[in-house]
Amino acid sequence: MEYVTPKSASEASQALSQEGAFALAGGTDLLVKLKTRFVSPSVVVDIKHIPNIMTIKQSAEGWWIGAATPCAEIVEHDSLSKNWPGVVEALSLIGSTQIQGRATLGGNLCNASPAADSIPALIAAGATCVISGQTKEREEPVEKIVTAPGMTTLGKGEFIIGFKLPIPKNRSGDAYLRLIPRSEMDIAVVGAGVSLSLSEDGKIEAIRVALGAIAPTQVLLSGLEDIFIGKEPNDDAIQKLVSLAEKACKPINDKRGTIEYRTKIAGVLAKRAFGIALKRANNY
Amino acid sequence: MSKTQVATCINGDTHEFLCDTHQTLLDVLRHELDLTGSKEGCATGDCGACSVMLDDRLVCACLVLGVEVDGKEIETIEGMSSGSGLHAIQQKFIDLAALQCGICTPGVLVATKALLTKNKNPSEEEVRFWLAGNLCRCTGYDKIVRAVLEVAADMRNA
Repeated sequence: MEYVTPKSASEASQALSQEGAFALAGGTDLLVKLKTRFVSPSVVVDIKHIPNIMTIKQSAEGWWIGAATPCAEIVEHDSLSKNWPGVVEALSLIGSTQIQGRATLGGNLCNASPAADSIPALIAAGATCVISGQTKEREEPVEKIVTAPGMTTLGKGEFIIGFKLPIPKNRSGDAYLRLIPRSEMDIAVVGAGVSLSLSEDGKIEAIRVALGAIAPTQVLLSGLEDIFIGKEPNDDAIQKLVSLAEKACKPINDKRGTIEYRTKIAGVLAKRAFGIALKRANNY
Repeated sequence: MSKTQVATCINGDTHEFLCDTHQTLLDVLRHELDLTGSKEGCATGDCGACSVMLDDRLVCACLVLGVEVDGKEIETIEGMSSGSGLHAIQQKFIDLAALQCGICTPGVLVATKALLTKNKNPSEEEVRFWLAGNLCRCTGYDKIVRAVLEVAADMRNA
C-alpha cells in the first residue's frame, strides 16, 4: 500500500484515478475498513494537503467549508454556527469527541451511509459540493451524490473538495434532529433536517425537508410547496408534513428500529425540527 | 515495500521513524517508539483508550496513519506529568480511586486534559458527553466523572 500527499486537486485526481486508489481525509471510516480488511487499497491518497480543503471561508457569495475540515473545527466556528445552526448541530452529532477531531463532511457524504447525520441537514440547507476531477471541476447539489448505501455518483478520479452554503436571508432558520437508542455514540434510527425562510409578514417563502436513515439514501421531501409556500404555517399544514414524511419512508427493520417505528418517528422528528427551524427563523 | 520516513514532535521531543503505510499512529507509538502508555482497546475508534492530542486536537491514535503525522505535534499520556510530579488530573484520579483495571485511564486522562483546556468549568453533563468516546470496561464512570469535576474546581481555584 502506497501513501501519497498531492499538493493540488489535479494531482490528487490523477492519483485517485489509479486502480485501487482510496482518498484519505479524516480516516475515521477508511482506517476501520482497512483494519477489518473491508478494503485493500493499492494507494492511499491523503487529500488534506490540497489548498482550501481544510478551510472555512465566508464571502459575498456564501460559505465555503473545505471537505476535509474536521467537524470539531466547524463546530467552533461561531458565525457559521449562527448562520446554519442545524447543519452544525447535525455534524456535531457524528461520533465521539475523538471522532469529531478528525471526521469530515466530505467523508460523511462519500461514505454514503443511509444514517449519516450531516447529509439530511446539508440537503435541507441547499448545500452544494464542489467535485474535483481529472479534466474538470463540477458542482452538484448534495442530494445528487449518494445513490445507494456506500455508493455515490463520483466517477473515477473524482473527489469532493468543498461544500458551499448560501448566506441565509433574514428570517431564515434550520434545524436537525435525530433519534438514537442511547444518549450518545450511536447511529441514527431516523434523522430529519429542515430549512425554511419567512417573508416579512410571517408567511413561508421557502422550505426544504430531508430525512435520513429511512430509506437506502437520504430523501428530500417533495410536495411541500403546495402545503407551505405563501402561507402562514398552521396545524393542518404541519399534519400534512408529517404524512409526507411518513410516506417517504422505505426503511429497514433492524435492532435499532422496526419499519413501523422508524416511519412513525420520521413524522415526529420532521414536525419537531420544523418547529425549531420556524422559531429560529422568527428570531434571525 | 519501502518505508516512509516521518519526523514528528512527541511530548516536546523530536522523533524520526520509518513507517509502513498500514501502521497506525498507535502502532508506531507502541511498537516503534516504545511509548506504551496509549492503549489499544478496539482499534476501530470506538473506545478512546488510545486518545492522544494531534496538533492540539483530541483524536484516537488508532484512526491516524503513522505516515500522516510528519511535521505534526503529538502529546501522549507520557507527556502529562512533569519530571517526577504527577499532573493534578492524574493525582485526583488516584485520590478518588477513579480507575479500576486502568486500561482506559490514559485515554480518559488525555481527554480530560483536553476538556479542561477548552472548558474550565464543565457541567456534569458536559463531562459525560465529552468523555462519551472513552469506554471503561469496568464501568467505573461515576468516579471518573466526579474526579473530573473535582479537579476542574481545584484547577480553577489554583
